[in-house]
Amino acid sequence: MAESKTPESKTPESKTPESKTPGSQPADRSRLGQRLAAGARGLVVPVLAIFSALVIGAVVIVLSDVTFFERLQADPGAALGAAVDEVLAAYSALFTGAVGSPTTYVDAFASGDLDQVTHAFVPVSETLLAATPLIFTGLAVALGFQCGLFNIGAEGQLYVGAMFGTFAGFAFAGLPLFIHLPLAIGAGFLGGALWGFIPGLLKARTGAHEVIVTIMLNYTAFRLIEFVLKVPGYQREGRTDPISKVTLESAWYPLLVEGLRANWGFILGLVAAVLVSWLLFRSTRGFEFRAVGFNPTAARYAGMSIATSTILAMTISGGLAGLAGTSIVLGVTHSLTSGISAGFGFDGIAIALMAGSRPRGIIFASLLFGAFRAGATPMQSITGIPIDLVVVIQALVIMFVAAPALVRGIYRIRVPETTGLETFGQGWRA
Amino acid sequence: MRLELRGITKRFPGVIANRAVNLTVEPGEIHALLGENGAGKTTLMNVLFGLYQPDEGEILIDGKPVTFHDPGDAIEAGIGMVHQHFMLVPVFTVTENVMLGVESVRGPLGQQLDRPAARKRILEISAAHNLRVDPDALIEDLPVGVRQRVEIIKTLYRQSDLLVLDEPTAVLTPQEDAELFEIMRSLKASGTSIVFITHKLNEVLEIADRITVLRAGQVVGTTTPAETTEESLAAMMVGRHVSLVVDKETAKPDEVVLEVDDLVVKDDRGHITVDGLDLQVRGGEIVAIAGVQGNGQTELVEAITGLRQPLSGTIRISGELVRSTPRSILEAGVAHVPEDRLEDGCVPAFTVAENLVLNTYYRPPFSRGLQLDRAAIETAADQLVKDFDVRTPSVFNTVANLSGGNQQKVIVAREFSRPIRLLVAAQPTRGLDVGSIEYIHRRIVEKRDEGAAVLIVSTELDEVFALADRIAVMYQGKIVDILDPDVATTEQIGLLMGGSRPVGIVEAEAAGELTHVVTTGG
Repeated sequence: MAESKTPESKTPESKTPESKTPGSQPADRSRLGQRLAAGARGLVVPVLAIFSALVIGAVVIVLSDVTFFERLQADPGAALGAAVDEVLAAYSALFTGAVGSPTTYVDAFASGDLDQVTHAFVPVSETLLAATPLIFTGLAVALGFQCGLFNIGAEGQLYVGAMFGTFAGFAFAGLPLFIHLPLAIGAGFLGGALWGFIPGLLKARTGAHEVIVTIMLNYTAFRLIEFVLKVPGYQREGRTDPISKVTLESAWYPLLVEGLRANWGFILGLVAAVLVSWLLFRSTRGFEFRAVGFNPTAARYAGMSIATSTILAMTISGGLAGLAGTSIVLGVTHSLTSGISAGFGFDGIAIALMAGSRPRGIIFASLLFGAFRAGATPMQSITGIPIDLVVVIQALVIMFVAAPALVRGIYRIRVPETTGLETFGQGWRA
Repeated sequence: MRLELRGITKRFPGVIANRAVNLTVEPGEIHALLGENGAGKTTLMNVLFGLYQPDEGEILIDGKPVTFHDPGDAIEAGIGMVHQHFMLVPVFTVTENVMLGVESVRGPLGQQLDRPAARKRILEISAAHNLRVDPDALIEDLPVGVRQRVEIIKTLYRQSDLLVLDEPTAVLTPQEDAELFEIMRSLKASGTSIVFITHKLNEVLEIADRITVLRAGQVVGTTTPAETTEESLAAMMVGRHVSLVVDKETAKPDEVVLEVDDLVVKDDRGHITVDGLDLQVRGGEIVAIAGVQGNGQTELVEAITGLRQPLSGTIRISGELVRSTPRSILEAGVAHVPEDRLEDGCVPAFTVAENLVLNTYYRPPFSRGLQLDRAAIETAADQLVKDFDVRTPSVFNTVANLSGGNQQKVIVAREFSRPIRLLVAAQPTRGLDVGSIEYIHRRIVEKRDEGAAVLIVSTELDEVFALADRIAVMYQGKIVDILDPDVATTEQIGLLMGGSRPVGIVEAEAAGELTHVVTTGG
């Protein structure tokens, strides 16, 4: 073969010949290095997004005090000092509410009293508890994104999953935990999967856009829940309000530590993240999902079935959202009402965006959002800053993450080599 | 206008796209800018058009330095650009498109578009330079060649003295090429300067007054057609000797591999674009389909590869009827190099390794049960990257970050590394530089010599002549003639592509000398 010297190399790295040698030591190292570098680059924007959101959140805290400007005129120094104190108090309350306070930990361990130690971990437990459904809905939305689908219906799928899971939870008496719990979890997955299968099928067969169908199916699910909660046999005996029977204890997620609310639902969330990661990046099916997501035409030319991928990805996505439902009804509330999810399905979209649809990122993003949720209530009770501040901060984080150019602009980060084909943007394609 | 680019340097992170480039365009000169992809032609023109600011160097117009902050400044200064992809609104008329952005208005409030005035000027421009076009026609109804004329009129309407034509002939038939050259000569006669970007060497020699060759961001040299030849221009572009002729022995056709009978196929809009087509390709021969884009070639290829269900007719591969999925056709030993490499041929966001197994990932050794065998995929990819000379830092780089030639090599590597009986390649070298074209042509001939049947679809006649053992001319959904490349001429094929029947052939047909002829209305 003639050695051609076409100057096609555009990047400086392309001149390093050793990176081409297969299997040799330097090549392996450079591959690992490349991956690490890529991972670090991926963290820059989220971290700066969180930081920026907290800064703007601080400004909101200060400005939301109506007396601030009066005090600023009277005594600027004192007013600014008080403002800094106020922000620090709010953020430290938020922090201790989410991960606990160092002094409490020290005291508890010093006392040697088990109850006191357990109690010190309540904030962490609450964070894990709030993060659990977010991991599932985040994974659900991310799986859709990876296959080029924008599943806005995680909220509805969560409810249908919860409805199925609750039914399995109270309908089968006398089963041991190791049968009953998996059964109820499986039922929840099935319910969500059904609610995801419908838009998948409609998209594959008729081209109906999944965004529209999943939005509509959210409403359908809410009304369905309200209806089911009034059906005798599902509604709790002796109650007139819409609430289900109490699930049996054999269908509850066991607690991680006695005395704390965090339960094995969180562990299942981690397992689910590993499985989704395997599915997307190791399995042949995931290869199809991602190929279809990035470039459906090329996937079709390569002999893949877009219809199969669409239906399957939506079904699994729905199933994962259904698991979020079980993590609530079998882990926290133990029965179904129409208010079990405070927007976990929609937060899942934000989490998937923030994590770039990567399962590992979803765990971290869920923990962050879980921490915000867990810390918000203590912050309000201690400092009087309303819970809504957390919503503002979350919204700002999402905004910054969704507009990386903004973050790079603010912090003057050089634009990395991109393909212009970032994963999470794919779900928006019509 | 006399344009001078002096010492233009433009850097991007990690690359110097232009390095101290000097270029002078005299008034009324056709100046060809020649270079491979990635040589820096486009960057240079974007600097000239105000899309990029040069890091060093200056632009002088009639001896005076100018700075262009955006294309508006460049247009103001009299520079007009005709991009490779036309910037026209399909549902607007020619007049509306031409006046877009420089609308003349009338009426008491200045709120009404003055179409008649614009129309009148368009007709004047059109008459002056033989730019035949109907000012009231909708763009979407016009053929590509006419749309290009609209783009040229647009620049003249904005009183450009210097025209940049970016690969204008890439979308034209040989006859349209000739018409475009007439227009260019007429513009030149009226004092307009033209920068003509291309990679077709014969055109450069035909039309240019001076030729500047760029390689790796630098000017290699400036010459005139009288002083140079195609071979030496190619060598200047690539930096080494390039064989412009594909070395191949006479085909030894074997048995029929692809047999298409009375095929009818509809396109996405429901129009019948393949209309009763018959075609046979034997093992060990290359049949090239020549035709102007949009005469059903795309739909024919899609039908053969199972991507589009035909309305009627049959396709047989090695005697077996094809009526099934793309995957089963791939498995039957059909390789497909699609027309649009980024849209159809690969997943740009995937790595080189992933793209190399895009249609074999589900079979051993690349999969074990439900799981991909990463190690096997990477080992195979490393080998293919070496075998097919894909220039990439590693197999983990995304295909999007490779140059066009290397992207095409990834696709060729994937398709050619399977055992194949039939190779279908549509525009296999579109937009590639001379070096990559040479390489891919050699690989295609190799496949033929291994006994595969090869069907090439190309709008480039050079490519058709270089590769084909038989040339099938396609016009309006039919094969209108099959010619021997050793006997056929460019003019003959050009006319057939345009729907006319050259006299010589009609006579031969009458004498019963040609058997493959299908009558058309042309």
